Amino acid sequence: MSVDKATVAKIASLARIRMSDGEVAAMVPELNQILGWVEQLGEVDVSGVEPMTAVIPNRLRLRDDVVTDGGIRDKVLANAPAPEHGFFGVPKVIE
Amino acid sequence: MADLTELGVAQIRDGVRDGAFTAREVAEAFNANVAAASLLNAFIVATPEKALDAADAVDAARAAGNTLGKMAGVPIGMKDLFATRGVQTTAGSHILEGFVPEYESTVSHKLWGAGAGMLGKLNMDQFAMGSSNETSYFGNVVSPWKRNDGGNAPLAPGGSSGGSAAAVSARLCPAATGTDTGGSIRQPAAFVGIAGIKPTYGRCSRWGIVAFASSLDQAGPMARDVRDCAIMLEAMAGFDPKDATSLDLPVPEWEAGLNPDMRGKRVGIAREYRLDGMDADVAKSWDDGIAWLRDAGAEIVDISLPHTQYALPAYYIVAPAEASSNLARYDGVRYGLRELVDGGGLQDMYAATRAAGFGAEVKRRVLIGTYVLSAGFYDAYYTQAQKVRTLIARDFEQAWRQCDVVLAPTAPSAAFALGDKSDDPLAMYLNDVFAVPASLAGLPAMSVPAGLNREGLPLGLQIIGKAFDEQGVLDASLAIEQRAGFAAKPKRWW
Repeated sequence: MSVDKATVAKIASLARIRMSDGEVAAMVPELNQILGWVEQLGEVDVSGVEPMTAVIPNRLRLRDDVVTDGGIRDKVLANAPAPEHGFFGVPKVIE
Repeated sequence: MADLTELGVAQIRDGVRDGAFTAREVAEAFNANVAAASLLNAFIVATPEKALDAADAVDAARAAGNTLGKMAGVPIGMKDLFATRGVQTTAGSHILEGFVPEYESTVSHKLWGAGAGMLGKLNMDQFAMGSSNETSYFGNVVSPWKRNDGGNAPLAPGGSSGGSAAAVSARLCPAATGTDTGGSIRQPAAFVGIAGIKPTYGRCSRWGIVAFASSLDQAGPMARDVRDCAIMLEAMAGFDPKDATSLDLPVPEWEAGLNPDMRGKRVGIAREYRLDGMDADVAKSWDDGIAWLRDAGAEIVDISLPHTQYALPAYYIVAPAEASSNLARYDGVRYGLRELVDGGGLQDMYAATRAAGFGAEVKRRVLIGTYVLSAGFYDAYYTQAQKVRTLIARDFEQAWRQCDVVLAPTAPSAAFALGDKSDDPLAMYLNDVFAVPASLAGLPAMSVPAGLNREGLPLGLQIIGKAFDEQGVLDASLAIEQRAGFAAKPKRWW
């Protein structure tokens, strides 16, 4: 499988990274080189093999359903680029 | 007084405890070295006052007769991937420039609790993506080493923990934290002639470490020798309920358990690691390692890890896939950089912020990850890679029937010059060919200095162990260290 300019532009849009036409064009051969190289995984016989889900066997723990923190709004907002009235300010969402 | 910056973790801890010198004297000496080494660009932020405050607290505790911690009086460097409360934490990126956490990572919190102090935040490849420290927004880290050919080519310190490696090697700190996703502790340690261990996945909490690939990321110590790594790993490791993959196991006393006697131990040599056209000096250092471990009493056995050649391509699907998901959080809303577009809305702000805030390698990996996870390609790439990962872990499980540890080179070459590989992502990725299999299998692995190549540059040997057997890894590494007698250090030019 290989990617073309339209595919790279689509991926960049999915990844929310703005790219110029020139940047997209430059990325096409780079991604194709990497994708061509990982393609060799297709030759591995994986019949009957489960995909790895946990690298070290470890049971997911549950904790009691209680509040363990909170009341730190100002700390949460401390690094926000545009905090407003105790909220995260963002540009308009509805066009 | 002797130069305190020549001392390692154990010597500083013991000297402070015994009153040979004060923690403050140690901190002042390392602060001075940090301040004089700006040409190496190893630190993004220096925090001399933090180092002094921690030292004063240790000196006061000693005067009061209190019990001192495992790292009491030892000033360290902190990789800029660890969130440090009140101190900028950037992961080497523009998008997090100016981010000052309101919280402390579990690992750094434990280190301060053990009496360590912070000299500063160490430069690194952006979001830990790189093997040469050329992807940091804050400029390249330069290795303190030079080739012996009289040339002046600036060399790569390795990556992604390149600031940590350069700083320890140049005596700017006796030890530093690193993180290892696919070799980022071991390869830089090898490039600069120091030791570094990536413990079993889950030993060190990931809480408060900027995430790259969550199923692979592990923190670990980088220091000048095996004992120092054992001491620091004890201080870093331990169960943390805030990390869902944290191992709920007691932390062994690795330092007290150190034993370089390899009698009764079997060391595996994987035939698949013997690459065609292998660097002659690397091959020779591997043979040296075999002889040293045999001399220490070990039995050497040939083993097979048949899926080795597929580890790197599997890694370059799994890691970017997880990265593309983890890095979705950098959106210009809650922290970090925000780029606005005139007349644009929220979506435009996301795309402009990420375009301006991520470097080229980060964008490349996010795009790869987005592609391999996208509808229609997920099974062909991601599921297939995770199946291959199962086979790679199985290779090791089968090998453990024949051996206790595996010995391999850490990297396929010594340090290369900055700029040598930066135009070719694939050539750069191949640096981690020996490091990635242990990462994919979650196993503890350590790099220890083995000697110098014909250019006068350090080479490292790697010991890979069974899950949870950091002790076996440290012991075999110590057996190598004692026989390699590595004492070279970079000649100061900075």
